[in-house]
Amino acid sequence: MSAERAPRQPGPVVDIRELRVAFATDGGDVVAVDGVSLQVQPGEILAIVGESGSGKTVTARSILGLLPETAALSGQVIVAGDDVASAPPRELRAIRGVHAAMVFQEPSSVLNPVYTVGWQIAEGLRAHGKVSRRAARAQAIEMLRRVGIPEPEARIDYFPHQFSGGQKQRIVIAMALILGPAVIVADEPTTALDVTVQAQILRLLLRRCRDEFGATVVLITHNMGVVADLADRVIVMNGGRIVEEAPVERLFAQPADAYTQQLLAAVPRLSAGPSWSPARAERVEGRERAQAQAPVVRAEHLRIEYPGRLGRKPFVAVPDASFEIAPGEVLGLVGESGSGKTTIGRAMARLAPVSGGSLEVLGVDLAEAGERRFRPQRRRLGFVFQDPGTSFNPLMTIGHAIAEPIQVHGTAEERAGARQRVEELLEAVRLPRAYADRFPHELSGGQRQRASLARGLILGPDLLIADEPTSALDVSVQAAVLELFGELRERFGFASLFITHDLAVVDQVADRVIVLYKGEIVEEGPTSAVLHAPTEPYTQRLLASLPVPDPVAQRARRAARSA
Amino acid sequence: MSALSARVGRLPLIRQVRQSVGLQRGMLVTGLVLVGVVVLAAVFAPLLAPYGYAQLGDASGNFGAQQSPSPAHWFGTTVGGYDVLSRLIWGARTAVLVIVVGVVLSIVVGVLLGLLSGYLGGWLDRVLVVVADAVYAFPSLLLAIVAAIVISGGQSGLWSGILAAGISITVIFIPQYFRVVRAEVVRVKSEAYVESAQVVGASSARIMFVHALRNSTRTLPLIFTLNAAEAVLTLAALGFLGFGIEPTAAAEWGYDLNRARSDVTSGIWWTSVFPGIAIVLTVLGLTLVGESLNDLADPRLRARRKAKQR
Repeated sequence: MSAERAPRQPGPVVDIRELRVAFATDGGDVVAVDGVSLQVQPGEILAIVGESGSGKTVTARSILGLLPETAALSGQVIVAGDDVASAPPRELRAIRGVHAAMVFQEPSSVLNPVYTVGWQIAEGLRAHGKVSRRAARAQAIEMLRRVGIPEPEARIDYFPHQFSGGQKQRIVIAMALILGPAVIVADEPTTALDVTVQAQILRLLLRRCRDEFGATVVLITHNMGVVADLADRVIVMNGGRIVEEAPVERLFAQPADAYTQQLLAAVPRLSAGPSWSPARAERVEGRERAQAQAPVVRAEHLRIEYPGRLGRKPFVAVPDASFEIAPGEVLGLVGESGSGKTTIGRAMARLAPVSGGSLEVLGVDLAEAGERRFRPQRRRLGFVFQDPGTSFNPLMTIGHAIAEPIQVHGTAEERAGARQRVEELLEAVRLPRAYADRFPHELSGGQRQRASLARGLILGPDLLIADEPTSALDVSVQAAVLELFGELRERFGFASLFITHDLAVVDQVADRVIVLYKGEIVEEGPTSAVLHAPTEPYTQRLLASLPVPDPVAQRARRAARSA
Repeated sequence: MSALSARVGRLPLIRQVRQSVGLQRGMLVTGLVLVGVVVLAAVFAPLLAPYGYAQLGDASGNFGAQQSPSPAHWFGTTVGGYDVLSRLIWGARTAVLVIVVGVVLSIVVGVLLGLLSGYLGGWLDRVLVVVADAVYAFPSLLLAIVAAIVISGGQSGLWSGILAAGISITVIFIPQYFRVVRAEVVRVKSEAYVESAQVVGASSARIMFVHALRNSTRTLPLIFTLNAAEAVLTLAALGFLGFGIEPTAAAEWGYDLNRARSDVTSGIWWTSVFPGIAIVLTVLGLTLVGESLNDLADPRLRARRKAKQR
């Protein structure tokens, strides 16, 4: 590594004093960060955690002076001796990359698709010093090797789309490391990645960045498991203020602040062992009884492919899957991105084509029947979408949106009582009745997801398909929505396909689990059996990658893994 | 009081004026004033204009041709002996009517076709897109001339002339609305709320008109204002080329410009400058409104006041 290391001063690398950031918006000024002071010591990994809107990202971005023009900033942000808050653009440019660098959340959108990755890694070198083209290339190759890209000599000339998501994030980390910055700000570096990839990237961040490059890492995340895995010290933010600051072991063992306690309690975790709570045992009994009845969904050798463009082979999302969902049963469908789990859910609602085998939903075989035959059954089907932001028509009130199934399928009598039914459902999902007259943008993400549940349940369906209903939500909101899901299911008795990538979530809601890998069902069985005694290596790997929100256990696991 | 002002603030245009700051506000207000003047002139033409658009003389005899500006004829008279000011004011009425006819027709047809094409897709979509592209390939003025000839045989009276100009403009603009709405509908179609309606089992017609249509028309006001400016130019060009409206049927700026061509070389400036300025200011006003609405509608282009420091 020939890049010069920034001179290290004794004392903190980053020293933020009384930082206050306000944004001008259409709705008036919004204070995002309100009087935050923090210090980052050389060589430590500091995690800033908080839910969306807590100001964690704004605080971290201020370290690089990366705030939009509408932001008004006061206080001091001292990075390696320079005050970033008051630095003119020229000085800021000199600081960025050399003293502080950033790893962004979404690697696909950080890398410019029209340049090779080598060009992009070397861009920092060219911007900051007179490095010959050959030297820059050699350094970029070396850096790619060190972040774990195989065959760096060849792949330096590849374009971003030729890498997988995890590799792209490695390249982004290489871009951040190339100038040997004193501090690296990582903004949710693993949120867009699958758990198994996340585990690798975290190990890379920890081992390479700190242990080899001696860089200080400021990690922004909402994932407590990641914090436990990586951080030395944790700062918890809420509403633009720091509510707690503690070494990681103490924070997890004895959280002092009420908000931290609440945050930790909301983190979904795998139960310690096979859990046979009375409720679950009862449900399993019920399921055994129900299995005598016809299943709500029966897939046999189901094949789903998306037609290819002219001259290309169709893309096979699911080659061959067979499963059943009994009445009243919650089936968890787990897998990483690209495993075909969402496709299966969409096929059940006829949003994706069935190209082979059979998929019988509510007594209609979707492989044969047309929309005309399936439409009457749609009133027995509910669907909850992943993104609460887009699943409501922004120009319709929540009440109208929830009542849509009634407008479409209901009898005249039902339509007359629609408003009352909407209010009943709003109450069932614990939203105030008056929310029926609000517009979607006036609700928070969690509230919208509750409304989405209400819409799915308004006609009392026999089957509810929930496609990652909580993955876009903060942990505390997720916990509340999951609890609500359990309650509603007790009350309405619907069967459900619950699609998720989060094993801990599945543990909470599902009776039975199917693990998908590249479209194939690798393991299937009762939840506790699959999660606590997995037989397939893939399931074991998935479970091992799941960060546990407990620093001591996590450290032991990491040691076991690298041994 | 504050409730009232809040309600006023939600009205279109007023909301935008309030939202804007600095240069953007200046542009928007200038454009609105210019457009306002044109619309007022069009509405109150009979009251504002000293004479009729086809009036050649009054009680004291003929006006005389090519009279220079005087107290009786502020902007002088044309080679045909008409009062320039009067024809200017009446011309605003023709321009506004043509804009309304042309743009309303093209919006209705273009939006409907775009909605069908974007939502249903398939062969209908492919055919309509090809047709729209083919229309794009023609020079718009040529198309307008052909349409004008087909509709009115070239020369015509007030309404047939306005319809001819309006419809020929429609032909040019339909593809624009079609493309914009189609693109928006294709985007909206993949939104989760449309899928949600599909899962519920809503009919295609319901999804198109309840969900897709209203979410695809955000950009229409912007295209509308920009197209209105182009409509004025097309009308003027048609008139200038002699495919416009007879001077006895209505006043038309392009026609007046055409008639004033020979005057310019003989030092008679008032017959060409005033209609020319009228065209320029109308187009400028509409363009300013369109452009600033465009900027204001996009949160990334919209300028904001800086947040206050404590």
